[in-house]
Amino acid sequence: MIPAAFDYVAADSAADAVDLLARHGDDAKLLAGGHSLLPMMKLRLAAPPVLIDISRARDLSGISIDGGELVIGATTRHADLASSELVKTEAPLLAHAASLVGDPQIRHRGTIGGSLAHADPAADLPMALVALGGSVELTGPAGSRRVAADDFFTGFFETTLADGELLSAVRVPRRPGAAWGYQKFVRRANDWAIVGVAAIDGRIALANMASVPIRARAAEEALATGASPAQAAELAAYGTSPGEDIHADKEFRQHLARVLTRRALEHLS
Amino acid sequence: MMHVKLTVNGEQRSDDVEPRLLLVHYLREVCGLRAANIGCDTTSCGACTVLLNGESVKSCTVLTAQVADQDVVTAEGLAPDGELHPVQQAFRDEHGLQCGFCTPGMVMAAVSLLKENPAPTEDQVRQGLEGNLCRCTGYHNIVRAVLAAAAQSAGSRAEVTA
Repeated sequence: MIPAAFDYVAADSAADAVDLLARHGDDAKLLAGGHSLLPMMKLRLAAPPVLIDISRARDLSGISIDGGELVIGATTRHADLASSELVKTEAPLLAHAASLVGDPQIRHRGTIGGSLAHADPAADLPMALVALGGSVELTGPAGSRRVAADDFFTGFFETTLADGELLSAVRVPRRPGAAWGYQKFVRRANDWAIVGVAAIDGRIALANMASVPIRARAAEEALATGASPAQAAELAAYGTSPGEDIHADKEFRQHLARVLTRRALEHLS
Repeated sequence: MMHVKLTVNGEQRSDDVEPRLLLVHYLREVCGLRAANIGCDTTSCGACTVLLNGESVKSCTVLTAQVADQDVVTAEGLAPDGELHPVQQAFRDEHGLQCGFCTPGMVMAAVSLLKENPAPTEDQVRQGLEGNLCRCTGYHNIVRAVLAAAAQSAGSRAEVTA
């Protein structure tokens, strides 16, 4: 399968990428690892006339500490997140989630910014960011703004990214030593989660239980008021209306959310 | 068309390509290197796996434009002088192939895996080859081959140390 023809331009910095986005407008899509965009282009589900390659923009990659937060450049690859000693110490849930994305080859190319901007509700990193209470930095012609993970995802493959904006960095609160749980139910190696659960410090996030990654708020409230993990997990699917597909119907997904939440809360790392 | 320079199997190349030219098509059709196969064409099967800067990637999901100025190695590049790479030799010794279609991708994925983890457990080998499918289902011998290659490398490292 061959994508529709397009023009290719490379940005050498975030500012350059923003300029190129302004110049090309709706015609342009940003390309980093390309592991969400290129498959869509090969299937002709997307046919952007211009690709702006940000993978060589030096100020968009790397992992550093800024006060109480870990700052991760948008083009940081899953493999780098999974193997980073800094991430493994300060936000081990995120390193673990990154180690479960796709397969090794995909982790050598895919990036955290790409995964978050793509906003697949079944994906690992959007759920992890919601559980961690992280945020994203969005950079546009007027400067940068920060959006909390809880507010960033607005619908199925939709986010608050505005026209002309670039997801430039990800911020995650440093939580060294905090107990966390992570559960992902798949039928085959390499698959997206049929349902996923990430839990840390009383926050519980669910993947593939709605059109966006969501918090299991009823279960969180139960935990906060002294319920046992098993009691709280019974409320994990409360108020959800997950989609149905070839893998699971609504009832099965809700069952999985309860079971996986119990496992996540009972098997903390 | 755009101009790209890159290294393929140690050789400096310079070619005019369409921006949409996928790396696997570049390798097969422009360079004439046919080891990387096109299997699923959807980033699932791993038959097109090559090394990019020493790491395994699926060349059906990489644009040639994206790898300009970088280093690509295909299975042909593992044995430039005809002497098999230890992983290739192990696949041969352990009968790590049946029809052979997945083999170049499996070998490249295994080379990348052993570079990151020179002494993997059997479970780590199985997890590490998660991105490669063998439709003959010959996984047992493939895993055995990768473990044998790791053991052999450990042996040669010990010899060098001694």
